[in-house]
Amino acid sequence: MIIHVDQPVVEVHDLTVTYERRPVLWDIDFTLPGGILAGIIGPNGAGKTTLIKAAMDLVVPGSGFVRLFGKSLKEVRSKVSYVPQRRTVDWDFPASVYDVILMGTYPSLGLFRYPRKAEKELALDALRKVELEDFKNRQISQLSGGQQQRVFLARALTQNADLFFMDEPFAGVDAATEKTIIKVLQELTSHGKTVVVVHHDLQSVAKYFDWTIMIHSRLIASGPTSQVFTPELVEKTYGGKLDLLTEVAHLLQTEKLPPRED
Amino acid sequence: MDAFFVILTGSLVAVTCGILGIFLMLRRMVMIGDAISHSVLPGIVIAFLISGSRDGLAMLIAAVITGLLTTFIIQFIHEKGKLQADASIGVTFTWLFAIGIILISVFADYVDLDQECVLYGEIAYVPIDLWILPSGIIMGPRSVYMLGTVLLIVVITILFFFKEFYMVTFDQDFAVSTGLSVTLWHYILMALISLTTVASFESVGAILVVAFLVAPPASAYLLSDDFKTIIILTVFIGIIVAISGYFLAVYINSSISGSMTVMAGIIFAIAWLLAFRRRNFQKSLKIIKF
Repeated sequence: MIIHVDQPVVEVHDLTVTYERRPVLWDIDFTLPGGILAGIIGPNGAGKTTLIKAAMDLVVPGSGFVRLFGKSLKEVRSKVSYVPQRRTVDWDFPASVYDVILMGTYPSLGLFRYPRKAEKELALDALRKVELEDFKNRQISQLSGGQQQRVFLARALTQNADLFFMDEPFAGVDAATEKTIIKVLQELTSHGKTVVVVHHDLQSVAKYFDWTIMIHSRLIASGPTSQVFTPELVEKTYGGKLDLLTEVAHLLQTEKLPPRED
Repeated sequence: MDAFFVILTGSLVAVTCGILGIFLMLRRMVMIGDAISHSVLPGIVIAFLISGSRDGLAMLIAAVITGLLTTFIIQFIHEKGKLQADASIGVTFTWLFAIGIILISVFADYVDLDQECVLYGEIAYVPIDLWILPSGIIMGPRSVYMLGTVLLIVVITILFFFKEFYMVTFDQDFAVSTGLSVTLWHYILMALISLTTVASFESVGAILVVAFLVAPPASAYLLSDDFKTIIILTVFIGIIVAISGYFLAVYINSSISGSMTVMAGIIFAIAWLLAFRRRNFQKSLKIIKF
């Protein structure tokens, strides 16, 4: 089930990506409306990360394209923020929490200019939002996984973007961090911003996301969570992994998903 | 006065190499620095054959070209040839370095380059290798000018583009997502390394340059968690290495660049011990921050 929208904020058209002749994404085609929190789910190796990397021009698609706000990424780069997976960087890097967050203001500064008062305020504000005020000068290697993830989120906030792509922001974080992050993301969408998140925890999909995109190399479904996050489609997406599936199906039934208004 | 110039030259080499070494180390590309320090040799010899002198510009341009070519070949073999990065580095630089050695021996009659000097450098000759203007005015040791210029280029580039180097070094994907070209900054860094190597090789030689690229930054990295402090410490350690190395060489009457490298190793060992103590016994102890 693929539900398209008019005037999409994100439009993925016939996207195919291959790594060394092995297809990772096949013919992905969907659209996302603005102001939503969208989750991309699918089994390991389904191409979730590749999908948002393709949206950020970090991988070159074999065919197809991604348009953001109806334009190519190059034209709207300052309105788009990308949060890579936490483990893609070296956390022993000599930087403090504040240093990393301030980095989010660099792109808007351009060459030769350095952060001034306005940028520093922005960074401090982001620091408050992710509840890391007490860790401002902490060396990043001394943070827990959840705190590292919040640093990445804060860096994205200082970019003042309208569209966010986040790769596994909830992976390996503590419950408190998960709460903080979801609060920040919901605040963003309440201000009309669009957030697209790669997600792996099926139990929280219905609770968190307005929109769900299910992929397994091919697109299985894309639409409002209340419509597409069904046991049948989840089974189709995760096909074969039965233990997990029965568990999920069980959960879906016993928990009685609350209806979502969209 | 001679001692002063030798120490000054050593310090210039150590500081220039050290500053760039920090970025190499944090990007886990130290061995590319090693590769470039060797593979610029054929470029230097060819530049010498064409221009007929060891002076300035031709040499620096040749170094940058060969350095970038090396980086490109390593990248190409690694990506297109599907060979591991370290293997492609090993294949590329030894091959280019060997070509340089052959060129020197084949054109020995025309090239005023000595294999010993290329390999080990001879910093003791710095004070007698003077830059003399056509009018006969003695300007001082040639190496000091060459190294001074390169240090200036390096410092200015890093200062102007610190933000960009910092982003590209810490988080490549994020940097690319904001529109920076990681490739461009990579090649700029490699060009700077090439310049530094060629300016340094007469004094410390191709083999020891890598010690100056790695040892001071590695020591500083162990002593601090703050980027700016690491830069300042690297500069400071580089100068200490040059001074103490010189006096060690005088005392035991031995190779100056060798002694400087030995001192760099000793300082690294001390830094490692301090860091080890801090990590294991005194967790609350403050690390250095300026």
